[in-house]
Amino acid sequence: MVVLDFPAVLEQWPALLRGAGFTLGLSTVAAAIGVAVGVACGWARALGPRPLQRAVGVYVELIRNTPFIVQLFFIYFGLPSLGLRLSPELASIIAMVVNLGAYAAEIARAGIEGTPRGQFEAARSLALNEFQVITRVVLPPALARVWPAMVSQIVIVMLGSAVCGQISAQELSYAANLIQSRNFRAFEAYIVATVIYLVLAVAVRQFLNWIGPRWIFGRVPARR
Amino acid sequence: MQRRRLTRAALALALLAPLATQAQNALDEVMARKSIHIAIPTDFPPYGFVGTDLKPQGLDVDMAQYIGTKLGVKVELVVVTSANRIPYLQTKKADLVISTLGKNPEREKVIDFTAAYSPFFQAVFAAKSVAIKGPADLAGKTVSVTRGAIEDMELSKLAPASADIKRFEDNNATVSAFVSGQVQAIATGASVAGAMMGRNPQLGTEFKFVLKDSPNFIGVGKGEDKLRAKVNEIIAAAKASGDLDRLAQKWLGRPAGDLPN
Repeated sequence: MVVLDFPAVLEQWPALLRGAGFTLGLSTVAAAIGVAVGVACGWARALGPRPLQRAVGVYVELIRNTPFIVQLFFIYFGLPSLGLRLSPELASIIAMVVNLGAYAAEIARAGIEGTPRGQFEAARSLALNEFQVITRVVLPPALARVWPAMVSQIVIVMLGSAVCGQISAQELSYAANLIQSRNFRAFEAYIVATVIYLVLAVAVRQFLNWIGPRWIFGRVPARR
Repeated sequence: MQRRRLTRAALALALLAPLATQAQNALDEVMARKSIHIAIPTDFPPYGFVGTDLKPQGLDVDMAQYIGTKLGVKVELVVVTSANRIPYLQTKKADLVISTLGKNPEREKVIDFTAAYSPFFQAVFAAKSVAIKGPADLAGKTVSVTRGAIEDMELSKLAPASADIKRFEDNNATVSAFVSGQVQAIATGASVAGAMMGRNPQLGTEFKFVLKDSPNFIGVGKGEDKLRAKVNEIIAAAKASGDLDRLAQKWLGRPAGDLPN
């Protein structure tokens, strides 16, 4: 019979709260920059000049085919030997941005490539320049189409930030690990961490689904 | 019923008595054989490890040779692991165990211990250029430590609030963080630090201050009082002559200090 002692874990709530806040902060910054990087790379891979397409292709394949924790260790433990020393927090954000950027690039590309040729031609015939064509005509409906996939990817990256504790970034799972190494209440600590992650993930998903149509790509009637 | 149990106990005692006297003569055996079997580790630098010449070396190995020389007998090294070092002593496959053996009540029930011969400790290490004399000097500095280890507990107690303690999952990550320059200091056991310093001489890492001491003792078979007394004599002499300090300085980078008897 397992006796659960939640108060032993919950009395550490300041550490847990700080950890949850840290996770949310990391994810917010990483999501904002990562999606921007992703959209830029998605455009470059779909419509950019050949050399750029190749370069982005290499980046996307490199990141999507290697584990996140290896990318993180490379940035934190590897780069210092090249003279680039980053704090655990900055290293975590960079790793998350780089990782999300690659996945978001493929998602954005799918949206952009799904845009009918007719829309490009119509936009150009209205004397819009290439930048306007992309930002005003192509991207909004493209993003609207792939937004659910984008939101899922952001949530996945947020949950993936649990491994950032491995380089001593003080996020939620780091807090849970620290608590259980002090009071040996591993089961309770991880149950609490799991619940907090679940709440965070659902909240972030709801928030992004709400904010997308209002601020990111406008109220575009979804194409059927 | 009661009486039968008593008879049985008396019988058992009578049977064991000769064994007990027999167990006392390890020293005589060693002197007659002109060789002594000493159990040492080869997986625990800098106490015992295999050098590039494939021969065991380290503090424990040197100590074994030292005792052999003082006894005037040949030393035959027996390689053991943490798990089997006490069984080797109990089954007389080794006369002495010099293998970073810590003393505790459970072990004292099955074997005897001599005086301590070398320090084992958790400590803070950093480059020579970083000025750290005691816990207070950690203020404003970054220190890596393995989460949940003894040194983590001690460091958390001793370090000032402004010290930035970075906790990692295992010794490898803790060492990597220090070696890659992500932190200025590292809190770890003497063995891990010794291996790290051996592999990264360019860092100029040195011992700064002790977090916790848990010295090593030499194990002898239960009841081998003659051998134990003889080894204690050798240790006391080595302590007085400074040989123990020299040995600790050579392998651990600090003197043996005050060792318990």
